[in-house]
Amino acid sequence: MLKIKDLYASVNGNQILKGLNLEVNAGEVHAVMGPNGSGKSTFSKVIAGHPQYSIDSGCVELEINGQMTDIKGMTPDERAREGFFLAFQYPVEIPGVPTSEFLRAAYNAVGRHHGIEALDPIDFDAFIRTRMKVLQMDNKYIDRAVNVDFSGGEKKRNEILQMAVLNPRMAILDETDSGLDVDSMKIVAHGVNSLRTRHNAMVVITHYQRLLDYIKPDIVHILYNGRIIKTGGPGLALEVENKGYDWLIK
Amino acid sequence: MADHPTKDETADVKGAGDYKYGFITDVDADTAPKGLNEGIIAFISAKKNEPLFMLNRRLEAYRRWQVMKEPHWANFQYAPIDYQDLCYYSAPKKKAGLSSMEEVDQEVVKTFEKLGIPLGEQKRLAGVAVDAVFDSVSVGTTHQKDLEKLGIIFCPISEAVRSRPDLIEKYLGSVVPAGDNFFAALNAAVFTDGSFCYIPPGVRCPVELSTYFRINAKGTGQFERTLIIADKGAYVSYLEGCTAPVRDENQLHAAVVELIALDDAEIKYSTVQNWYAGDKNGKGGIYNFVTKRGKCLGVRSKIAWTQVEAGSAITWKYPGCILMGDDSVGEFYSVALTNNRMDADTGTKMIHIGKNTRSTIIAKGISSDQAHNSYRGLVKIMPGATHARNFSQCDSMLVGNNCSANTFPDIQVQNNTATVEHEATTSRISAEQIFYLQSRGLNKEEAVALVINGFCKEVFRTLPLEFAVEAVRLLEMKLENSVG
Repeated sequence: MLKIKDLYASVNGNQILKGLNLEVNAGEVHAVMGPNGSGKSTFSKVIAGHPQYSIDSGCVELEINGQMTDIKGMTPDERAREGFFLAFQYPVEIPGVPTSEFLRAAYNAVGRHHGIEALDPIDFDAFIRTRMKVLQMDNKYIDRAVNVDFSGGEKKRNEILQMAVLNPRMAILDETDSGLDVDSMKIVAHGVNSLRTRHNAMVVITHYQRLLDYIKPDIVHILYNGRIIKTGGPGLALEVENKGYDWLIK
Repeated sequence: MADHPTKDETADVKGAGDYKYGFITDVDADTAPKGLNEGIIAFISAKKNEPLFMLNRRLEAYRRWQVMKEPHWANFQYAPIDYQDLCYYSAPKKKAGLSSMEEVDQEVVKTFEKLGIPLGEQKRLAGVAVDAVFDSVSVGTTHQKDLEKLGIIFCPISEAVRSRPDLIEKYLGSVVPAGDNFFAALNAAVFTDGSFCYIPPGVRCPVELSTYFRINAKGTGQFERTLIIADKGAYVSYLEGCTAPVRDENQLHAAVVELIALDDAEIKYSTVQNWYAGDKNGKGGIYNFVTKRGKCLGVRSKIAWTQVEAGSAITWKYPGCILMGDDSVGEFYSVALTNNRMDADTGTKMIHIGKNTRSTIIAKGISSDQAHNSYRGLVKIMPGATHARNFSQCDSMLVGNNCSANTFPDIQVQNNTATVEHEATTSRISAEQIFYLQSRGLNKEEAVALVINGFCKEVFRTLPLEFAVEAVRLLEMKLENSVG
């Protein structure tokens, strides 16, 4: 689904990713853990195509129409329309734009690319309500401007709601647990789990093992200094929780 | 409005960019010699076949203007205008006794069709009566017969001067007197055409009334004059649209608009202004120096201005309301967009005189490239305006790093029962917002449009639907290449 080969990438002239390799197959959930400054957020932004981040060498391939395809030249919206999704660590506010209008615009933009008929506001409203129920979100919430005056928990739920609307094949969740209390985290994790299928895949970036109690990964990677230094099963996350990162870094 | 067809007859001026109304129409014109003097004013008055009182008013205004100084207090600079180098009258030549649209110069009719304004009775726009002004004259007004049945007068002002001198003498200049300011005085002396509307008591005008202004001739100023009177209990919604050819000289547009609302009357005045704004380097474009003012003369009357300013090299205007009648209401909703090297210094004046008068000001300024955008507003509560209320909100949005936005609010309160609120914000379309929206599948243009729409929502909501669609499209087009 996603294949990253020997990736070197920079932001503002600083090289952050230094030879990162990662392969994610359909049906898998991977966790990427690492200390502050290890390159976790850079990783997610490079894959999403943020214009300030540049690939110096190596490549990122996404499965498009059954083919692994180099996505280097693709804009963020082209990647999104091909089934890639990034749940932001810091969701962005769009004043004056109701969440429902934003979600519908996104749904129709992606749908149009796949020849799916656009939904009008009434049909979309019915569609979105079923998605919101899973995330235990209030109906009033989609009338509010995108992320404006949202609490930390609401913002993160909104990210997962967007994921539920766009139904991506490959998603990266960037520290979706940060700023969440335990109850909110359970709800978000439940939402994420309900979206797991054999046909899609996820990479969950997190600092803490806690989230992984609720979203169970198949594979855990430790990112340090721009590359994966260790890969293991779910047990690796527990080990990090107990011992910290120092024993891995040495 | 329908999609405007683009034609390849656009003027040969380079760098006009995306301005698709920049073509020049080749018509046989009847033009006054350049320069301004009493002879030219008499010439204009004679061309319009005006009664003597009108000529005298013009001459009086001209004499006032001669001793006035061109103002330069606005937050922009422009090269001095040589008023003797302008032409004050240009009209497409026509046959005598023009009685129907079919007799209008076909080139002129075609021009308006290209602009999406069909003038033929068969092709007229549904729900909108249009008066089309080409340089110095009105070339045709649609729906006139339907309106006549209701007693509504909607005609070129030059015609009203002849047919309803009573109303003209009473109301023309009663809101914006000739001595009001330099450009108003100039307009009062040389105004050539514009629209006149009168809505009789208790009549709700069933269609939108609209004037479409087109500057075509080179070296010509456009000095139109619009007067709208809503009699007791009447209602009218009026739309104004404007375009001009691409030319590498600056052209002056110094219009005056006066609105009068009697008891319980309501006037809604909407503008989508898209004059040619000059090229990327600031060469050419219209100087839009306009005086617009409404007077809520009657009790419980209401005047609402909505403007979307997206054109002109320089926009300099403050559509305002004088709230004389008790319980009268003034509203001002504005979106002013400047890009490239455009300047805008615009806002409103709300003068509260009557008791319990209320006013609302929502102004949105969007600035990109190297443009400057200023909001300037006056809220004045006079001593007799007990329990007057004003709410003002001025928001600026910056797109890019080389543009600027300023707010100059002036609040004068002379009655301590008044409530005045002013809010202002400045924000920026951030690369992060665009990235966020793009990462959800919207392309860059859609992303920018969504952010701008959100920002302008409160204003667009007040526009008639077709105009709102037009306004959104206009802003999208202007901003297409502005977000890096």
